[in-house]
Amino acid sequence: MSNKVLNQEPLLRITKRDGMPKLRAWGIRGIAVILSLIVSAAVIFLIVKMNPLKVYATMVSGAFGSSRKSWITVRDTMMLLCVGIALAPAFKMKFWNIGAEGQILVGGVATAACMIYLQSLPTWLLFVVIILASIAAGALWALLPALFKAKYNTNETLFTLMMNYVAIQLTSYFVALWENPYGSNTVGIINKATNRGWFPSIFGKQYLLNVIIVAVLAVGMYIYLKKSKHGYEITVVGDSENTARYAGISVKKVIIRTMLISGAICGISGFLAVSGASHTISASTAGGRGFTAIIVAWLAKFNTITMFVISLLLVFLEKGANAIASMYHLNDYASKMITGIILFFILGSEFFINYKLIVRAKENKEGK
Amino acid sequence: MEPTNAIELQNITKKFGEVVANNKICLEVKKGEILSLLGENGSGKTTLMNMLSGIYYPDEGKILVDGKEVAIRSPRDAYELGIGMIHQHFKLVDIFTAAENIVLGLSGSRVLNMKAIEDDIEKLAQKYGFELDLNKKIYDMSVSEKQTVEIVKMIYRGANILILDEPTAVLTPQETSKLFDVLRNMRDDGKAIIIITHKLNEVLTLSDRVAVLRKGEFAGEVDTKDATEISLTEMMVGKKVDLDIERPEPHNVETRIEVKNVTCLDKYGIKALDDVSFDIRSGEILGIAGIAGSGQKEILEAVAGLQKVESGCIIYHNSKTNEEEELVGKSPLQIRNIGVALSFVPEDRLGMGLVGSMGMTGNMMLRSYREGGSFFTNTKEPEKLSETIKEELEVATPSLSTPVRKLSGGNVQKVLVGREIAASPKVLMTAYAVRGLDINTSYTIYHLLNKQKEKGVAVVYVGEDLDVLLELSDRILVLCSGKVNGIVDARTATKEQIGLLMTKLNEGGPLNEQ
Repeated sequence: MSNKVLNQEPLLRITKRDGMPKLRAWGIRGIAVILSLIVSAAVIFLIVKMNPLKVYATMVSGAFGSSRKSWITVRDTMMLLCVGIALAPAFKMKFWNIGAEGQILVGGVATAACMIYLQSLPTWLLFVVIILASIAAGALWALLPALFKAKYNTNETLFTLMMNYVAIQLTSYFVALWENPYGSNTVGIINKATNRGWFPSIFGKQYLLNVIIVAVLAVGMYIYLKKSKHGYEITVVGDSENTARYAGISVKKVIIRTMLISGAICGISGFLAVSGASHTISASTAGGRGFTAIIVAWLAKFNTITMFVISLLLVFLEKGANAIASMYHLNDYASKMITGIILFFILGSEFFINYKLIVRAKENKEGK
Repeated sequence: MEPTNAIELQNITKKFGEVVANNKICLEVKKGEILSLLGENGSGKTTLMNMLSGIYYPDEGKILVDGKEVAIRSPRDAYELGIGMIHQHFKLVDIFTAAENIVLGLSGSRVLNMKAIEDDIEKLAQKYGFELDLNKKIYDMSVSEKQTVEIVKMIYRGANILILDEPTAVLTPQETSKLFDVLRNMRDDGKAIIIITHKLNEVLTLSDRVAVLRKGEFAGEVDTKDATEISLTEMMVGKKVDLDIERPEPHNVETRIEVKNVTCLDKYGIKALDDVSFDIRSGEILGIAGIAGSGQKEILEAVAGLQKVESGCIIYHNSKTNEEEELVGKSPLQIRNIGVALSFVPEDRLGMGLVGSMGMTGNMMLRSYREGGSFFTNTKEPEKLSETIKEELEVATPSLSTPVRKLSGGNVQKVLVGREIAASPKVLMTAYAVRGLDINTSYTIYHLLNKQKEKGVAVVYVGEDLDVLLELSDRILVLCSGKVNGIVDARTATKEQIGLLMTKLNEGGPLNEQ
């Protein structure tokens, strides 16, 4: 037996809150953002001895400084939001789809393949084929882990994660196959001369179509999750499989159906990335969005409208960080630190919304 | 002077919200003694022991170990004080050997000298008479071998006080007697042993002293040599309390469901139900009594189509068409559409039948959301239904969309039972419908069940409180280790009779008074 005297209540105890009024929760999030800006300002000042306000101004102009910059910020926000929309039903069902990255890539590869091989089709038909192909590719990539989960209860986290690597290798193969010009080790801009399979400008705005597609998906997913019978089943399965069984819901069917939808929308994200933005394909086309979108989906609690706000914030931080990096010749890490601090505070605020700390009562402090 | 009490509990109180799980309990355990802790389900035995093993922290009261006051804040503290608890669910790493599990988590040198460790364990095993193969992997072991590993683990870590939570529930009679020999050896070596059990014959053969808890209170203690099965049952169930629950006379009684020779296995392949036969009749309430885990859950789930039936049949008699339908093999949905409703209130209240993150309206839809050909859900009807249930059952909720997870236990149960009744079932099965409810709410639920009975519904009520079962039911089926140990008339049965049926399997087959 130890000779330690064991008669003190723990100093800090964590207990779950019963819930908090929405307004107060947003208040706490607001405080978190303000605190994060103050801490970042202190860090900026201590390390690089610059005026934090000027740094913040640079961040804003980096993201929204010109019409072109604003549109790129919007385009990237839409792209991230699209992946978030794709992940929302899967995560709401508590199916850990870590494989969005791969699902986007195969969607992108399918898009690129159509753009390269089917140039001769009429424009409207080309787009129909591209959309179908990218949806099919993404859905297939999500279907495999879903089938195994439903049939053999395999771990979907590992399975979807590994599917990413298969997708990356596959993409590298096609990049080598479509290499242009020879020896560059990239595909280059596809159909540079003809712009076949490129998103058309609408009202002279190059990226307006991206906004329209993602907006339709966002509203559609919002309604699907909140109002449809499928959405109802997803919520029940995510909350308790026992209850789902009890209600006569076929859990397997819901898992497979939901993952098909999740993968299909990831495929569409790949289509947006290739047809609607870069017009090329590489192993980095997904660019980590498949993972960042997990944060987007969870932080928004699967509400696609809130997801827009969070996507915008994340993309803004990224663009802003890039701007200060090039403006002040800081290296990348300095700007990433600021992004990190801000995210840390926002994620941390969720802890204080869901839990409270109980400090040991005073009288016990002297107890021996 | 060497203190003789290994453990002394003084006025220990533990509350969970409004529910008092332990109320000012005083208890001592001497060194070199086996103490049986006896009590009905929910009498607070496990809560009390969990405070000794560092899982809960008491709200009030003192714990003395070896005469010194201590605070046990975590299982680690309990280890350091020499207290080891063997839970019903073992905490072992499947892919490790016995020896590896035993040393797991112990501090010591970086390099393990497994040979020396194994020698030490071997010596311990010989001293107390354990039979143990140290190099066998856990996944190759039988339940009894795993239990041995758990006990040796505790002893190897220097436990002087051993708590066993229903250790014989999973053992065969031969394994049980082997375990008892080991426990006696340890007692003779001066260790203090607390054993939680429901089996009266075991209490009488093994222990030196018996302490009884009843509804969170200390109900008394007695030396085993002065106790009999009858006297212990009386202490455990207490005097019959008059609850004054109404019990309308049954009318139009006819067999609705016939359960014939049903056998089910649990996930370990052990028989959870063993050749169970009984009738569920319209216009009456069939009470089901038994120690926790005697097969209550499996019976209801088998009828509802949620539990796989190995053999036997379950026949539904349709009163309108006079047809008979076999329920075994039908899906839960088909069975519910026939009119068999199940409202099961599990320990965590939400795990089955309710969706915690949804509001009342969302939960009402669980039964009916498929209705209508539209792709979208219709929330109008469920909203009306939740409004009615909220008013009739006085559900306290800020709004119909407040997640039911945030409601208090009683209100959650009202939502669950209310929904099942609203579907106007032919057979209504409820389990633990009043679990953790205050008195007034409980009466509301009894009243609801009686109203269903008067409407001609066949009601099954699985309960924990014998007083309630005796006053509410028309017949009581008593389960013991997965077998039907008796079906008695609730109007004439006594509490002691039921208590005995719950704890001691009749050798001559089930008692049948129906």
